[in-house]
Amino acid sequence: MHSTATLEVSETTNQKELQRSSTVHSVWRTSIRYTIVTTVLLGLGYPLLLTGIAEFVFPHQANGSLILRNGQVVGSELIAQSFASDRYFHPRPSAAGNGYDATSSGGSNLAQSNAKLAQRIQGDIDKLEKENPGKPVPIDMVTTSGSGLDPDITPDNAYFQAPRVAKARGLAEAAVRALIDKHIQQRQFGLLGEPRVNVLELNLDLDSMSK
Amino acid sequence: MTANGWLQFAIYSLVLLATVRPVGIYMVRVFEGERTWFDPVLRPLERLIYKLSGVNVEQEMTWYQYAYATLGFSAVTLVLTYIIERLQAHLPFNPQHLANVGPDLAWNTAVSFTTNTNWQSYTPESTMSYLTEMVGLATHNFWSAAMGIVVAVALIRGIKRTSASTIGNFWVDTTRALLYVLVPTCVIYALLLVAQGVPQNLHAYAVAHTLEQPGQTQTIGEGPVASQEAIKMLGTNGGGFFNANSAHPYENPTPFSNFLEMLSIFIIPAGLTYTLGRMTGSPGHGWAVFAAMYVLFAAGFGVAYWAESHPYSSIHGATVTGTATLPAGNYEGKEVRFGVADSSLFATITTDASCGAVNSMHDSFTPLGGMVPMANIMLGEVVFGGVGAGMYGILIFVVLSVFIAGLMVGRTPEYLGKKIEAYDVKMSMLYALIFPLVILGFTAAFVLLPNVGLSSLNNPGPHGFSEILYAYTSAAGNNGSAFAGLNANTWWYNVCLAAVMLLGRYMMKIPVLALAGNLAMKKSVPPSPGTFPVNTSLFTVLLIGVVLIVGALTFFPALSLGPILEHLLLKSGQLF
Repeated sequence: MHSTATLEVSETTNQKELQRSSTVHSVWRTSIRYTIVTTVLLGLGYPLLLTGIAEFVFPHQANGSLILRNGQVVGSELIAQSFASDRYFHPRPSAAGNGYDATSSGGSNLAQSNAKLAQRIQGDIDKLEKENPGKPVPIDMVTTSGSGLDPDITPDNAYFQAPRVAKARGLAEAAVRALIDKHIQQRQFGLLGEPRVNVLELNLDLDSMSK
Repeated sequence: MTANGWLQFAIYSLVLLATVRPVGIYMVRVFEGERTWFDPVLRPLERLIYKLSGVNVEQEMTWYQYAYATLGFSAVTLVLTYIIERLQAHLPFNPQHLANVGPDLAWNTAVSFTTNTNWQSYTPESTMSYLTEMVGLATHNFWSAAMGIVVAVALIRGIKRTSASTIGNFWVDTTRALLYVLVPTCVIYALLLVAQGVPQNLHAYAVAHTLEQPGQTQTIGEGPVASQEAIKMLGTNGGGFFNANSAHPYENPTPFSNFLEMLSIFIIPAGLTYTLGRMTGSPGHGWAVFAAMYVLFAAGFGVAYWAESHPYSSIHGATVTGTATLPAGNYEGKEVRFGVADSSLFATITTDASCGAVNSMHDSFTPLGGMVPMANIMLGEVVFGGVGAGMYGILIFVVLSVFIAGLMVGRTPEYLGKKIEAYDVKMSMLYALIFPLVILGFTAAFVLLPNVGLSSLNNPGPHGFSEILYAYTSAAGNNGSAFAGLNANTWWYNVCLAAVMLLGRYMMKIPVLALAGNLAMKKSVPPSPGTFPVNTSLFTVLLIGVVLIVGALTFFPALSLGPILEHLLLKSGQLF
């Protein structure tokens, strides 16, 4: 107990300062130690544990849903690749790198008000109208996707390409359309997303139908 | 617009609503230190973390000690990430032999992930090694999310406690948020994502010999994606493993993975409204806040979905839209599996919250469709908002609302038994003013500097202005989404955006903690006939009004120079 009020005040101020400076030191010390401990836990423990479980339970998906033909990787179910000849169905146009670059995903990021976008779309429409005259061009055929690696096209898009593919392969158009029907993935659980056709899987089936 | 699109919105809303109460109650248990299901496994781990880090569990902190711990811990983790990026070429888990990251980009990225922004000036799959992703970046997704949650919890404690000088222990709160909320959820969630097709491996990128021309190869970027994807979404971080973010089929392969990702953005922020009601003993107040958020969310989705379903004929020419299997809409920058409805919904959710992940390219949205994400961030990301950040953000608006209501009836405003006085309103206004100041200030500066600001634009005309405005809005709001055509990987953009992210995070968090400390010290006053009740629909309407008025008064002039002008010109057929 102190006899004078002044002493008491200065005493409490000192204590407070002491307490504060010790907190200041302990914050830095604790921060560094806490960072090390949680980095090991969250930065290494968590992803490595998950990699182990995933490789064991879902090895196909965990390794990128790759498709093998004769022991060679021909692509991934989930990643679009370039198809240009008339014999194959084409994926959507791609703005990933120089096109379908799976190390540089991305969209065109062109604005709706950008004349470059309007010109690109009109140019593609003009080409496509020659391929299938009189048929309206589905919009996903002339727009780049968000990733540039969209593995799917809409069913309308696939049907639009059917006459070209059938002609190039000497198949009946009805047979190609039937193959498309087989490949249409409906909305997930009948509800989520939109109907779609996986281009690479469709083309692989097409090859096994007519080489 | 299709019936199925609206049905998906309805299902999403119902599932979200069903999670609010259980998630809210669970978080009360976690932060009140009560027993949870995970205790037998996690309690020993929790104690071990305290022991190894030297945490004094018994210590209660004042608001400035709490703030100091937040800042100290953020600084240490920021430096760690910077060092890893700068040295990644010499460190393990780099099968692609990616080079060290340059200083300005490494600084921008370290700040970006520390502040829960996850702005990305780079293409991840060709820039960041697996080690940088796992140890340098994904760790921040956990830490920054936990720090958002604990600041919200500290503020709720401040409201709840009376005549108290402390608001909790930062280390204990953070550890409990990590161990009991984020980590277990992420383990289950990441495995669900893998089942849907998200990769999780550590080997070098796959090389495919393509079907049409087997002589040609396609290198396919992979990695430990699922583990990062889970916390990226659940922690409202939004930093993609790939450049295309959740538009990339490896990050978001199916409509179901998309549904999970959208749900995981809102699940914690929505649950926190119930936590608020429960911890302050006024469940009705929690629901009133939820209702205000939900109304703003639904309105945003309605506008975005409508705009994206009505593309401009000047752009899309002779393409036909709107058949049975192809709903009408603007497909540039959108994925077929998501279509217009899920892309609009994702864009609304990710910017209502401070997530910033994207499943479609906002830069290619219609002007009004793209204005919705920007306006959502400008409202302060209080529509559910970031994990924790949305809760303390809306509480600032709640304080302003009761203050305005108090002014209208000429009484000292009260909030849940606490008198709202000059200091509280000052802290709230500080929070509300810093945000537009940095956004509009930096946007104006960069628009005026051709070599610094304008040379990075991807689009001419008013949309170019929108790209810069979006960038600074996203950085200040710690969102991380972008009109991504803007080339932000320049020295000036990297450094200035980093500064804005720091201001937007800490200059807004500190007033919140000061408010929490000040509220905790107050005595509780019993409600009187003049008290404005905060659990009524009248309060909900007032809160929506205050959020909209503050946002509109601040940002309408800027928006009218960007997306609104672009819309009007485009309607009259003008392109740039």
